[in-house]
Amino acid sequence: MSNVLVFIEGANSELKNSTKELLSVAKSSGATVSAIALGPEAKAYADKAAHYGVSKTFICSDQQFENYNPDLFVPAVTDLIKQSGANIVLASSSSLGKDLFPRVAAKLDSGFVSDCTDVQINGDDVTVKKPLYAGKCSADVKFDNSAIKIVLMRANQLKISEADSSLSSEVVESNPQAPDLKTLIKDIVKSTSEKVDLTEANIIVAGGRGMKEAGHFKLLEELADVLGATVGASRAVCDAGWVPHSMQVGQTGKTVAPNLYIACGISGAIQHLAGMSSSKVIVAINNDPEAPIFQKSTYGIVGDLFDIVPKLTEEFKKVL
Amino acid sequence: MKIFVCVKQVPDTETKIQLNSDGSSIETTNVKWVVNPYDEFAIEEALNLKTKNAGSTVTIVSMGPKSRVTDAVRTALAMGADDGIIINCEEEQDLFTTAKALADTIKAEGEASIIFAGKLAIDGNGAGLPQVMAEYLGLPHATVISTFEDQGGKYVVQRETESGSTKTYELTGPCVLSANKGLNTPRYASLPGIMKAKKKPIKDVEFSSLNIPSTFKKLTYSNLTLPPQKPSVKMIDGEAGAQANQLVDLLKNEAKVL
Repeated sequence: MSNVLVFIEGANSELKNSTKELLSVAKSSGATVSAIALGPEAKAYADKAAHYGVSKTFICSDQQFENYNPDLFVPAVTDLIKQSGANIVLASSSSLGKDLFPRVAAKLDSGFVSDCTDVQINGDDVTVKKPLYAGKCSADVKFDNSAIKIVLMRANQLKISEADSSLSSEVVESNPQAPDLKTLIKDIVKSTSEKVDLTEANIIVAGGRGMKEAGHFKLLEELADVLGATVGASRAVCDAGWVPHSMQVGQTGKTVAPNLYIACGISGAIQHLAGMSSSKVIVAINNDPEAPIFQKSTYGIVGDLFDIVPKLTEEFKKVL
Repeated sequence: MKIFVCVKQVPDTETKIQLNSDGSSIETTNVKWVVNPYDEFAIEEALNLKTKNAGSTVTIVSMGPKSRVTDAVRTALAMGADDGIIINCEEEQDLFTTAKALADTIKAEGEASIIFAGKLAIDGNGAGLPQVMAEYLGLPHATVISTFEDQGGKYVVQRETESGSTKTYELTGPCVLSANKGLNTPRYASLPGIMKAKKKPIKDVEFSSLNIPSTFKKLTYSNLTLPPQKPSVKMIDGEAGAQANQLVDLLKNEAKVL
C-alpha cells in the first residue's frame, strides 16, 4: 500500500485550506497518510492534521523553522521524507512549496510537478493534471525514475473532507542540526493586508484599463471587502504602475482559479484569459460589448463600471 | 565576475495554442518564438551587475534546437551580453534533464560568480529549474527575487511571498537567483547592439555529448488537451441598479458561489 506524506502549511495555528485539500485527497485515496509540519506551531498543526486522518506527523518545532530559509528547509524536509518512508508527497504549489520542493526532489533523485489541478492516486501510481502555457492547454504528467513522487497542488482544486476532532495521531519530533548556512534571513516585512493571496483566493475582483486611474481601485477594494475577496489586476494596469506587480493575473503574472472572478474594465487579452479562465464562475463588467472577456464569462454586464460596481457592492451587502 | 544567464525560448504570450494530432505537444508551425519574459529581467540584472564590476562577462546559456534558439540568444547578446552557449537538442527534455545539461555546461566553463534565470518559463510553468540546477551545482539559491544588491561576494535579495509579504535574504556567492517581474525594466536591444550581436561568439554544445544519464528524466507529458468550451455567456440587461440586483441573485441562487 502506498504511503502518502502531506507537507503542512498553516498560519495563526490554523491549517491553510490548501493543506486541508491535500489531507482530504490523501485520505480518500486509501493510503496510509503521514505529514510534516515545521516551525513553532508545528505541534498545533499536527493535532489539526490528525482530524483529517493523518496517522503520524513528523515535526521540527524549533524556532529556526519559523521563517522559510531554503538552506535550512531543504535538508530538513529531505531527511523527514526519507524517515517517513513515503513514496508520494503532496504539498501546496505555494511560494514556499515551489521554492522548496524542486530542490528536495533533486536531492531525492525524484520528480516533482508544480501547479497541478488534479491528482489521481492508485496504489503507488500517480497521475497529475498540469496546465501549460498558463492554462491555454493542460497535460497529464506521469513520473519516471522517481522512487518518491512529489506533487504540488494548486489551491481550490480538491474537496475538503469533514474533520473529525475526536481523532489524534502520533507525533514524532526531530531536531536536525543547523547546517552551515549560505543563506541568511535579514529582514521580514509582513504585509499589513489580511487578504489571502490571489492564488489561494476564493473570490477575486480584478480591474483593468477600464478603471481609468489608480485611485479608482478603491471601488474594487470596497467591493472586495464585502465579498471577502482579493483584488487583482490586468497586465496593462500593473505595467502602468497603478498597482504592484504582485496583483497581476495572467501568463506573466499569477494563474488563478477562484470560485468567482469578477473582471471590471478588463477587455480580456489572451495572456490575461490564460491566467484566469479556469475560474469556476466569471463575471465581466465592460462598456465594450465586443470585449473578448465576455466569451469566457458566465455572466456579462455591458455598462459603465463606475455606475455598476458601487451598486453591486450595495446589493452584496444586502445578501451577505 | 563570471556571470551566467539561463534563457529559454518560448511561444509569445499572444500565441493561440493549438495541439498536434496525437496530443503529444503543441503545433509550432505558426508560433512566434520570444525570449521567456521572466528571463529578460534576469538578463537585465546580469548586465547591470556587469556594468558595476569592470572586467565582468555575461554569458547566455540556452538549450533547444539550435536553428530556433539562436534567435533568443542573439536577442540577449544584442541587449549587451558578451557571448552565448547553445546546447543543441532537437527533442524537448524535461526540467531535470535540462537543469543537469545547463549545470554541466556552466561548470565546464569554470567557476561561475553568479547565475541568473527567470522565475518560471511561461510555456511549461515549472518554476523549478533554477532550484534544481542550484542543487546539481551545490550552490545556494533564491527564487522570485524583486530586488538585488551586490555587497561584494554577498548578495542581498528581496523575495515576495504570499499576500505581499517580503523576505530579505543574504546569500554568499556563488549562487543561483531567479528573477521576478519588477526586478528592473529590461532594456530594448539598440540597433548598434543588434549589429554587434551578429559578431559575438556563440559556442555550440551537442546535448548528446554531455552524456546525461537517462535516469535524470523524471517526467513524461501526454494527452495534451485544450480547456473545455465554456457555455455561452448570460448577458444581464437593464439599468445599473437592476443589473447589479439580478447579478447578485444569479450568483447566489443559480451559480451558488456566495
